[in-house]
Amino acid sequence: MLAFIIRRVLQSLVVLLVMSLLVFIGVYAIGNPIDVLISPDADQIERAKVIVAFGLDKPLWLQYFIFLKHAVGGDLGRSFAYSTPALSLIFERMPATLELSTAAILLSIVLGLPLGLLAGLRPNGIVGKTIMAVSILGFSLPTFWVGLMLIMVFAVQLGWLPTSGRGETQLLLGVPVSFLSWDGLKHLLMPAFNLALFNIALVIRLTRSGAQEALMQDYVKFARAKGLRNSRIIGVHVLKNILIPIVTVVALQFGSIIAFSIVTETVFAWPGMGKLIIDSIRVLDRPVIVAYLLLIVTIFIVINLAVDMLYSLLDPRVRLAESKG
Amino acid sequence: MAVLLALTAPVMPSAVAQEFRLAMSSPPTSMDPHFYNLFPNINVSDHIFEQLVAMDADSHIIPALAESWKLVNNLTWEFKLRKGVKFHDGTPLTAEDVAWSLERPATIVGSPGKFDTYTKAIVDKKIIDPYTIQLTTKEPYPLLLADLTSIYIVSKKATQGLSSDDFSSGKGMVGTGPFKFVKFQRDDRIELERNNDYWGKKPAWTKVTLRFIPNDATRLAALLAGDVQAIENVPTPDLAKVRADKDLSFYSKVSHRVIYLYPDTRREKSPFVTDKDGKPLDKNPLMDQRVRRALSIAINRDAIRDRIMEGLSEPTLNLVPAALFGHNPDLKPPKYDVDAAKKLLAEAGYPNGFGLTLHTPNNRYINDEKIAQTIAQMWSRIGVATKVEGAPMSVYAARGAKSEYSIGLLGWGAQTGEASSPLRAMVACDNPAKGMGAVNWLKYCNPKMDAVLTKALASVDDKERSALLQQATAIVIEDGGVIPIHQQVTTWATKKGIVYIPRTDERTHAYGFYPQ
Repeated sequence: MLAFIIRRVLQSLVVLLVMSLLVFIGVYAIGNPIDVLISPDADQIERAKVIVAFGLDKPLWLQYFIFLKHAVGGDLGRSFAYSTPALSLIFERMPATLELSTAAILLSIVLGLPLGLLAGLRPNGIVGKTIMAVSILGFSLPTFWVGLMLIMVFAVQLGWLPTSGRGETQLLLGVPVSFLSWDGLKHLLMPAFNLALFNIALVIRLTRSGAQEALMQDYVKFARAKGLRNSRIIGVHVLKNILIPIVTVVALQFGSIIAFSIVTETVFAWPGMGKLIIDSIRVLDRPVIVAYLLLIVTIFIVINLAVDMLYSLLDPRVRLAESKG
Repeated sequence: MAVLLALTAPVMPSAVAQEFRLAMSSPPTSMDPHFYNLFPNINVSDHIFEQLVAMDADSHIIPALAESWKLVNNLTWEFKLRKGVKFHDGTPLTAEDVAWSLERPATIVGSPGKFDTYTKAIVDKKIIDPYTIQLTTKEPYPLLLADLTSIYIVSKKATQGLSSDDFSSGKGMVGTGPFKFVKFQRDDRIELERNNDYWGKKPAWTKVTLRFIPNDATRLAALLAGDVQAIENVPTPDLAKVRADKDLSFYSKVSHRVIYLYPDTRREKSPFVTDKDGKPLDKNPLMDQRVRRALSIAINRDAIRDRIMEGLSEPTLNLVPAALFGHNPDLKPPKYDVDAAKKLLAEAGYPNGFGLTLHTPNNRYINDEKIAQTIAQMWSRIGVATKVEGAPMSVYAARGAKSEYSIGLLGWGAQTGEASSPLRAMVACDNPAKGMGAVNWLKYCNPKMDAVLTKALASVDDKERSALLQQATAIVIEDGGVIPIHQQVTTWATKKGIVYIPRTDERTHAYGFYPQ
């Protein structure tokens, strides 16, 4: 187990290094941040001063080398636009995004699993067919459109929920969270549902096909023959066996939700990391873009590691040491 | 109990009405009013801080913290401060704070756009008494007042030793303005409360929340749902709906921002000028003044206003709107005339036209790429086969600054309230040492215009300077150094019953809104 983790960490470092190089070159190729960042009234001399102050006058390889040198010490540079360390800018917004993503994942499990099971147990009933039909919508409707429709219906027409923003926050262990107050919950509901929609559909489909397959297996038939209650058969025998693919997919989706909550955050003016990256790309705030992407890669790496470990818990036959492939 | 209710009931509505929520389209990057010369930052600073002199809604200079000023000689200006003005922490404003605030912008570190652009002309500051300060410039400098409208006066006591980061927590947010700072939640909102000791006209609201909602549709939805009572920048596709809505009021004003085209007048071989088959031309037709005039009169500016801008643009041949200093009333938008344009092209030796690529940003100005597409079609009608290439501003600007285009679209806001701002930045010969031609990407240069502009920039006589600026504008427009299209119009929408005084400088101030 330990050797496995050490090997994974080393691999991850290489991935991070390659990633940082790619991002650095990519952002460099887009253009010069100075032309968008600097106030239009500034003259050429000031422009030149800012270029030197930000180190943009140096050749690319030197800029990258300086970046690496600082990065080893945990310093990913200062944002051009905010003049705050890029990492702390991202961490400042992280609670908002994590809260939104967690809520979305919870929603997709809480809604997706039972609905999927229902559809799997009664594949030919009206309920099952309806669930499947609705889940197709979850896959195919564009997120921003659904977001705007939610706002139009629940905020503008019905007036039940606020249109956008994060609402009241409270400190929980020093982290500002909004799910502890009614006002905060009201603000959280729509964006979380919007973000969850795709995943609800995904979980429904996975659960349904898994359940259908499991129901045909001998161990279920044997359990039936033994006279076990239906709820126990489904709740323990079926569910436990179909959870592995679902855990994998949901965990990987958690990473994507964090990384790509951009659309939802933009539509709902949710002050999270997704909005930050969009703003930063617009003004080519290079340190923030690089730091953000590296952070996302790290998150994916950690999640993958966690998934592998979860596997071995759910299914003792999976041994981590063997997964060197 | 009933009596109590009856007593409190009439008070309730006004208490509710005094809370005001406003949605802005872009969030500030810092609370420090001297950190970054960026529109959203300035917009927020205006609520808490004030300047020596300010711009009114028409971009005319008016007294603010300075009650009066006079020229002692050609180089020295004397400002008398308003007496009895108090900072939000209760300390009185003195000349000491003013001197400090004029020094501070140059000392800011890590800023991508410092405010010392507006303080560097001042070579000496002399405090005469607590309410009098003299500022000296090296050369006669008529733009001093305009420059001072950008410098916010902060309390020396409260901001000494603070870094820009410190301001976000509220430390140092001690101004003299109509609102006091309460709370800043980055990217989300700013909360303010009324400064009841304010020397000027007190705002109608006791409590104000500035929300930041960049997404156009969401911002409008927030207004429709009543989450906010007013928004800035109404999305163009929804204009008709907003105007027709009985629960909303709509406000608009011609802004100081001109949308214009800049042709390559200098290079014999320009990268995106070709013949009709796409082969490079030996001589760049854009160097011919007649060709540039043909391109200008082939643009149907009225059609762009009516069809693309939903009526919200003002066709122009000037660089600043009519209310601003240096506007030349003789320069009227040209008559749209396809035949005359074709004739001019033929005279210049291009009876069959040529090929051209028009470059444009696609996320910066209202309908920027749509305008370019429309112009391309209009030019094709006179035989200039035009392609359009749009890019986000970050990409567009990087290439533009390297002179990679043959003709491009750009916008410029006259921040100083006079025509010298666009003239200096857009069309003056490129001269980094003097700070001229900062966005003159294709290096247009007309010594005749430069001479007039230089004279204007050294004249402290307003009448003379105005005449010179008008003359300089006429020279560059007749030469076709730039081709103005229209002045942009800024829009606001409020819930019915709330009035707004729209501004030329596109800014949105919570204290500009009043209940009817």
